[in-house]
Amino acid sequence: MINIAVCVKQILDPEIPAKAFKIDPEAKRAIPPKGAELVISDYDESAVEAALKIKDSYETKITVISLGPESAKSTIRRCIAMGADEGILLSDALFDDSDSFATAFVLAEAIKKLGDFDFILCGRQEGDWDAGQVGSGIAELLGIPSVTMIGKIELKNEKAIVERVISDGREIVEIPLPALLTVGSEIGEARYPSLRRIRDASKVEIPTWNAENIAVAKSRNKMLTLFVPTREGRCEFIQGENPEEAGSNLAVKLRQAKLI
Amino acid sequence: MTERKGVVIVGEFSDANLAPISSELLAIGRKLADESGQELSAVFIGNEISDQVTNEAIFFGAERVYVIDAPLFKDYLNDSYVGALEQLDKEIMPETLLLGHTSLGRDVAPRLAFRLDTGVTLDCIDLSIDAETKLVEKTKPVYGGNAIAKYICEEGRPQMATVRAKAVSPLGRDASRSGEIVAFDPGLDEVAMRGKVVGRVKEEVAGVKLEDADVVICGGRGLVGPEPFEKLHELAGILNGAVGATRHPCDAGWCPYHYQIGLTGKLISPSLYIGIALSGSSQHQAGMSGSKIIVAINNDPEANIFGIAHYGVVADYQKVLPSFIEKCGELSSKKGPDIGIEIQKEGRSQNE
Ligand SMILES: Cc1cc2nc3c(=O)[nH]c(=O)nc-3n(C[C@H](O)[C@H](O)[C@H](O)COP(=O)(O)OP(=O)(O)OC[C@H]3O[C@@H](n4cnc5c(N)ncnc54)[C@H](O)[C@@H]3O)c2cc1C
Ligand SMILES: Nc1ncnc2c1ncn2[C@@H]1O[C@H](COP(=O)(O)O)[C@@H](O)[C@H]1O
Repeated sequence: MINIAVCVKQILDPEIPAKAFKIDPEAKRAIPPKGAELVISDYDESAVEAALKIKDSYETKITVISLGPESAKSTIRRCIAMGADEGILLSDALFDDSDSFATAFVLAEAIKKLGDFDFILCGRQEGDWDAGQVGSGIAELLGIPSVTMIGKIELKNEKAIVERVISDGREIVEIPLPALLTVGSEIGEARYPSLRRIRDASKVEIPTWNAENIAVAKSRNKMLTLFVPTREGRCEFIQGENPEEAGSNLAVKLRQAKLI
Repeated sequence: MTERKGVVIVGEFSDANLAPISSELLAIGRKLADESGQELSAVFIGNEISDQVTNEAIFFGAERVYVIDAPLFKDYLNDSYVGALEQLDKEIMPETLLLGHTSLGRDVAPRLAFRLDTGVTLDCIDLSIDAETKLVEKTKPVYGGNAIAKYICEEGRPQMATVRAKAVSPLGRDASRSGEIVAFDPGLDEVAMRGKVVGRVKEEVAGVKLEDADVVICGGRGLVGPEPFEKLHELAGILNGAVGATRHPCDAGWCPYHYQIGLTGKLISPSLYIGIALSGSSQHQAGMSGSKIIVAINNDPEANIFGIAHYGVVADYQKVLPSFIEKCGELSSKKGPDIGIEIQKEGRSQNE
């Protein structure tokens, strides 16, 4: 039996258009626009998919772990609907405003408490703060090897053969288990849960641990300011009698500007 | 207890050449070192590192270069690279340690930071010394680029950051500069290193490389399929440019992954960027907003991309593109080879 832990975070939909994006400079965080959805962070969904790909071929148990508010239970349930087996929420006022260091610390403590895993999977980076370090941090705190930005996982003789996406191609790395991997969208599109599975998952109890169950660490980084950069509009719209003419007018314009 | 002092950058190179990120790191490292009256060093890790690399690092601003050179470092593995930097940190105790936000830096920096029990900020676009605290103030885009945050590291040393490519201009190369080159042996136990690189797939790029291209044609989700990319390639041929994409076409398999431009794709800064049927999400802008002139074709006048574009056409791209390509063909002075859709070659090499 293969034991996999997947760390997932619930975030504000990262694809809200720039115009709707607002921040609270005092609280130093985004203000959710009306009707904005809370979603699973993109690459965390990729990490769940990676775990499910292993489960497709081997007897596997997948445990989903999320640190966040009560609402994150819906994200955990979504992962269970996708095919994960169980989930746990880490929630406490003391965990709020954790930086990546403190987040990785709490997640690592929870993982230690949950037992032995062959794989710990994370997303390559979060869709809100784009920190890109919690996965590596957990690996370091647990003292296990890690490979980041994975697009493919295979198992061979108690080891994992993984493809790491690098700037000019891919590297194939053999790594002993247990290992931590961070996953990118190269793993393939995440499966969509059926309505029946969504309904079943909505009834699953999600246990919650708080600071009485797990130790807390102090944040290392302090945010001084958060602001939205200003961009001035300057677009010259190229017209024409019809779109076809606009197309050739655009070429003429670029030629006049010596751009082509 | 010895006090921590000095700024160290982790350099990168390919063959005998200093990678551009290294001279950029040296420029920002030089600024921090000068502002705080400290020394700037570079460290290179690898096997059979060329003297040219270490010399160039000095010409671009380093006062000292540490060379960690052994067969163990032929392939990249975070166990050996992080281990080597951990030992170097013990030896020289820098106050500040910078890496590039590259395949290497993204992987090394967080592991090393946690090992050294310090904080790190990844993907910074600026670093400066805060006048009040004298700490390194690290500026980083967050929320996919919708906002910018500034951080300091209060607990833990060294202060660490990775720096985004092209965020800083290198200093002028000065071949009259001199510096010290120091070999460092981290004394790692090879047997303790976990993992092994067993193969490599290199993407073969026919024609101009996306990162280096002077003209980039970028396709988005609105292209709805792989076929339109052939048109984009035709245009790229005429303008001697390269073709890129937003994330969706890559996820959907309309084009290879290495076409992706953005926060989690490639970073480009061409003279001319032409975005076709893409909305200009903040995550995409993170990879292309450094383009000198931005052109957008989109049928939605409210699309984000028009907020940063210089020239725009609001219409169905299917109607605009053919006449645009034809006219470019007539007028362009840049004609290059038609490169066509690229193929990834599987070349597995056995590395011991
Ligand atoms: C953590 C994270 C990292 C990410 N990293 C990246 C990244 O590196 N790069 C990246 O690109 N994205 C990235 N994304 C995804 C990003 O948020 C957007 O989803 C993506 O950039 C949108 O791509 P698009 O503009 O092609 O598609 P859409 O936003 O769907 O836009 C399509 C546009 O095409 C227009 N259109 C449709 N049909 C036509 C037509 N016939 N003629 C003209 N116009 C037409 C529409 O008006 C629309 O504006 C990331 C997301 C997250 C959460
Ligand atoms: N609050 C959280 N709860 C669960 N997992 C998290 C949390 N924050 C980060 N992670 C995991 O760590 C990865 C990298 O996050 P980050 O370093 O914040 O970009 C994410 O993709 C998740 O897999």
